[in-house]
Amino acid sequence: MIRFQNVFKRYPERGDALSAIDFEIQTGEMVFLTGHSGAGKSTLLRLIGLLERPSRGQVLVNGRNLGTLPRRDIPHHRRQVGMIFQDHRLLSDRTVFDNVALPLVVTGIHSKEIERRVRAALDQVGLLARARATPLALSGGEQQRVGIARALVGRPPVLLADEPTGNLDPDLSREIFELFERFKYVGVTLLIATHDFELVNSRQHRTLTLDAGRLVSDTGAW
Amino acid sequence: MSRRRLQRSVRAPRPPRARGPKFLERPGIWFNQHLQTLIETLGRLRANPLPSIMTVAVIGISLALPAALYVLSENLRAMAGGWDQTAAISLFLDLKVADQQATNLADQLKSWEEIANISLITPDQALAEFRDLGGFEDALDRITENPLPNVLAIYPVPEYASPDHLQALQERLLDLPEADFARMDTLWLQRLQAILDLVQIIALLLGALLGIGVLLIVGNTIRLEILNRRIEIEIMELVGATAAFIRRPFLYTGAWYGLLGGLSAWLLVSLSILVLQGSVSRLASLYHSEFRLSGLGFADTGSMLGASILLGFIGSWLAVNHHLRGAKPI
Repeated sequence: MIRFQNVFKRYPERGDALSAIDFEIQTGEMVFLTGHSGAGKSTLLRLIGLLERPSRGQVLVNGRNLGTLPRRDIPHHRRQVGMIFQDHRLLSDRTVFDNVALPLVVTGIHSKEIERRVRAALDQVGLLARARATPLALSGGEQQRVGIARALVGRPPVLLADEPTGNLDPDLSREIFELFERFKYVGVTLLIATHDFELVNSRQHRTLTLDAGRLVSDTGAW
Repeated sequence: MSRRRLQRSVRAPRPPRARGPKFLERPGIWFNQHLQTLIETLGRLRANPLPSIMTVAVIGISLALPAALYVLSENLRAMAGGWDQTAAISLFLDLKVADQQATNLADQLKSWEEIANISLITPDQALAEFRDLGGFEDALDRITENPLPNVLAIYPVPEYASPDHLQALQERLLDLPEADFARMDTLWLQRLQAILDLVQIIALLLGALLGIGVLLIVGNTIRLEILNRRIEIEIMELVGATAAFIRRPFLYTGAWYGLLGGLSAWLLVSLSILVLQGSVSRLASLYHSEFRLSGLGFADTGSMLGASILLGFIGSWLAVNHHLRGAKPI
């Protein structure tokens, strides 16, 4: 589903963020991406979401080479990849419902269908009751779950999460990981970047470890 | 939870659709999205009434100025057109020519190819007209004999209405034995026409300049709007909005500004005419005229609104093109 072939990413200001990355993730795998801050986790996710293009090498998602994807197809690619951010990236002037609906609204599907699917997504993250609230009225954990609902509402085959539990307490973190594990069962491919080693060790999933832009270990599939 | 239950509680992702909706669904989606954007953008303008009204007012005033000038020149033209109905040449006949002779002469002249129509004003008719004008009653009462000659009002056919042709016609008419003298009333009309042409060109130039002004106003307003909504745009890009989807609301907002600005320009011009109508009618009645100011006609209003919508659209298009670079990476 996701394949990196000798990928480099170099920023003019700070040199190589990623060097010689090679790995492959199968459909339906749940993979942790760990490493210290600045190891290149976010950069790797950004390449998959096509927020950036690699300096060298190839990134393939769902058989498509992102390097040759024309600009006008980028939006269609992003609809296949749900992204969850540490800072949630929610619109504070819209309701929870409208935030979650955004990925569907941009595809132009019928509003009845949007309503149905947004409710289903909010139900999955346990926030159906807060649909009319604005994100600012929610706790950090709830905001993160809104972000997750938004990422999954379009039913993308790939979910990326960048430090999804970054500033949550352990109980909330565990809840969110349990949620992710449920998606794995229905065939969603998940790649979760986190520096919470303790949490990674407590859950048995394939783990890729980055250090200073290099892939230093890959536990392989469990 | 059993695995089976989990599978029910979490919806399975559909097989990935490479390129969005099916072909047949597209026109409906397209129409829906546009309609939604149209309504949403108007709602957004209403949500921030004060800045919206200010922008619309500036556009309205900018458009009202050239429109008012145009209406003014059109009205003057209509007024001058009324005067055009006076004869191009008034041929005053010798006092000795009797009424019957004058009638015969008029019939004879009608056969000339330069002349479209002739009307005879007999001395009695002329005197009666004088009385009607008022102010001369005392003087007229003292006159025992009508001192006025027969006058032939001569209307040329349009092809012979140019100054050179009229000059030649006048000379031919003066060669007639019955003729005394002739008067041509066209020069001042031509001057007026030239002035009106000038006014319309000024209106056009002013319109062009202020039109550019409207472009800049809308462009700047949209630019601020884009900056205000940076984060929203970024998030929409992240969740897979196409460049067209992101641009659309801004383009529609520009078009709304244009339409509302055009409507307020129309309102300003119409109100001005309403205010002026009374005094103009009074002035016209002093000249024994039924003249009334006419406003922007249906076609003029249509083209003004069309132009203002277009200006708003182009203004926002320029801003959008400059400030929205579409989905990253570039």
